[in-house]
Amino acid sequence: MTGLLQIALKLLANDRGKFFTLIVGITFAVVLMLLMTSLFAGIMQRTAANIYNIGAKVWVMDPSVNTQTDNIPMPDYILDVVRSIEGVSYAVPMYSGSGLLKLNDGRYQAANVIGIDDATLFGRPNMLQGEIADIYNNDAYIAIHDSEFSKLNNPVLGSTFEVNDYRGVVVGIGEALMSGLFGTPTLYTTFNRAISDLPQMRFTITYILVEPKNVADVAHIKQTVSEAGYLALTQKEFIKKNTHYYMYQTGLGTNVLIMTVISFIVGLSIAGQTFYAFVLENIEEFGALKAIGAKKQELIEMILFQSSVVGFIGYGLGMLIAMVLIALAKYRLANYAALVTFQSLAFCFLMVLAIVAFSSYLGIRRVTRIDPFDIFRG
Amino acid sequence: MLQAKNITKWFGEGEAKTYALHDVSFEVNFGEMLYIVGPSGSGKTTLLSIISGILRPNEGSVTVLDKDLWQMSDSDLADFRLYTLGFVFQDFHLFKKLTCKENVAIPLILQKKPMDEALAAALKELKMVGLERRTELNPNRLSIGEQQRVAIARAIVTEPTLLILDEPTASLDGETGKRIISFIKENLLNEKRAIIIVTHDNRIYPYASRMIRMEDGRITEKAGNLDED
Ligand SMILES: Nc1ncnc2c1ncn2[C@@H]1O[C@H](COP(=O)(O)OP(=O)(O)OP(=O)(O)O)[C@@H](O)[C@H]1O
Ligand SMILES: [Mg+2]
Repeated sequence: MTGLLQIALKLLANDRGKFFTLIVGITFAVVLMLLMTSLFAGIMQRTAANIYNIGAKVWVMDPSVNTQTDNIPMPDYILDVVRSIEGVSYAVPMYSGSGLLKLNDGRYQAANVIGIDDATLFGRPNMLQGEIADIYNNDAYIAIHDSEFSKLNNPVLGSTFEVNDYRGVVVGIGEALMSGLFGTPTLYTTFNRAISDLPQMRFTITYILVEPKNVADVAHIKQTVSEAGYLALTQKEFIKKNTHYYMYQTGLGTNVLIMTVISFIVGLSIAGQTFYAFVLENIEEFGALKAIGAKKQELIEMILFQSSVVGFIGYGLGMLIAMVLIALAKYRLANYAALVTFQSLAFCFLMVLAIVAFSSYLGIRRVTRIDPFDIFRG
Repeated sequence: MLQAKNITKWFGEGEAKTYALHDVSFEVNFGEMLYIVGPSGSGKTTLLSIISGILRPNEGSVTVLDKDLWQMSDSDLADFRLYTLGFVFQDFHLFKKLTCKENVAIPLILQKKPMDEALAAALKELKMVGLERRTELNPNRLSIGEQQRVAIARAIVTEPTLLILDEPTASLDGETGKRIISFIKENLLNEKRAIIIVTHDNRIYPYASRMIRMEDGRITEKAGNLDED
């Protein structure tokens, strides 16, 4: 660090009040922006929980599907169409729907029921208790141990309930890689039991899960499925479609965006204003530097350095505080949906850079306009 | 060492055009302590700014050490102020948030001298002006007279060939004023340096080598060699 930058740093840090206000302003903005975007990312991830949990590489669905919970059945022949596409290693049907459970205590509870292919059990959960093979037993269901598990009255192996007046028995407890957002517990069963126990429309297949022979075949599969009038998406694309829907077709995205923009503006105005006040307070000294022989470039460097220092400290602190808050919230609330993504971090960093740039611009504009003659005249 | 020739400076244009300096010529030599005196508004500060490379004259030229000041680029003018000139502003303009030592080191820091070297030199100058026990304080903890001395230390830390002081005794009482001027004359004036002092204060006139009097932007009197002690 050059001597002049050391001086710039001392000028800034020795002005305790403003230094503190600047850092607090930026920290505050970073915390808010990071919380908002992380919450959004977390919620988005949760809405796609089943897409992650099932784990299929390619999903075939009706083109009207917006989110994974849109259960739009497809006719059986589509399964044969998909199976006959070159490059498909195997394709299995999947049922997704909601069932009304009557629990032992007489309480009713809606549940998300997933029916996996009888032959392959593709998309099956990891078992925490019980054996996956027991899914073939009479009336067998597997309860998923996610954050909604207690809504099933914390069942154990052998617990029974009714699904649409059919008997159901818990034969296993499965692990949830990710909990859903919608507050309903999840049960897995076989595809055939699902379509016999739950009320059906004429068609029964909600999704076809496809394992391509290799990645290069995906384009061809998508093409052929689309010619048949249906939609094939990779896991990533499906998650994206799902997110897009919540982001643009519901108020969720807009609200998060508005909150983020407000946080940004608050940070921007606190930091911009304080920094400008700081420059103004030192304006005579900057002018004196110019009169003594500092070049314009050197004054600009000082200002940029000062605003960058507060920007980076604010970003670091804000990031730390936001992460601690999120970690605490997750620790207290198992169901808390927040995900600090690289994108959120990068986004907040860019916003901080914008705040730094704006503040510097104000300061630089003021400093370069000082006429040292005014300093001479006092 | 410095020649100012036919300097004219006006502000504004048309109706609002006011002349601050009219055809002003003078020179300063090494080893001299030149006073510029005159009533308020007579153009003294304007003249100082022009010979310091701060304010461009409308007419005339300034030659310092055989170089025409107003033919230089902005960056060379800044370097001229940084390396050749030492300036004590009327209201000092010390950095409130820095220590006295850091304040004095600033011109050397601008010269890109290493920090420790600059601070060591600053300490030496502060000792010279008798402030060795104030080096770590902020200037606003000091008396006006002490602040004046910090400003002087800052002006001389680069060992400038031309030292300029604008109203150095204006905010000091008579005794302190005299003491500081005699200090400057005894310790800072030498054969390799010229000093220009702008002042109203007739109590310090006896210390001048030479004086020029200004009125309404013109030099009305040049008084030679008052140096008779
Ligand atoms: N930027 C400016 N615009 C217009 N007029 C100016 C400007 N600067 C100085 N003047 C005018 O030029 C004249 C000389 O001003 P200057 O400050 O040089 O006087 P001075 O002798 O230093 O006075 P003082 O003893 O009060 O410091 C004054 O009439 C002043 O009003
Ligand atoms: Mg003046």
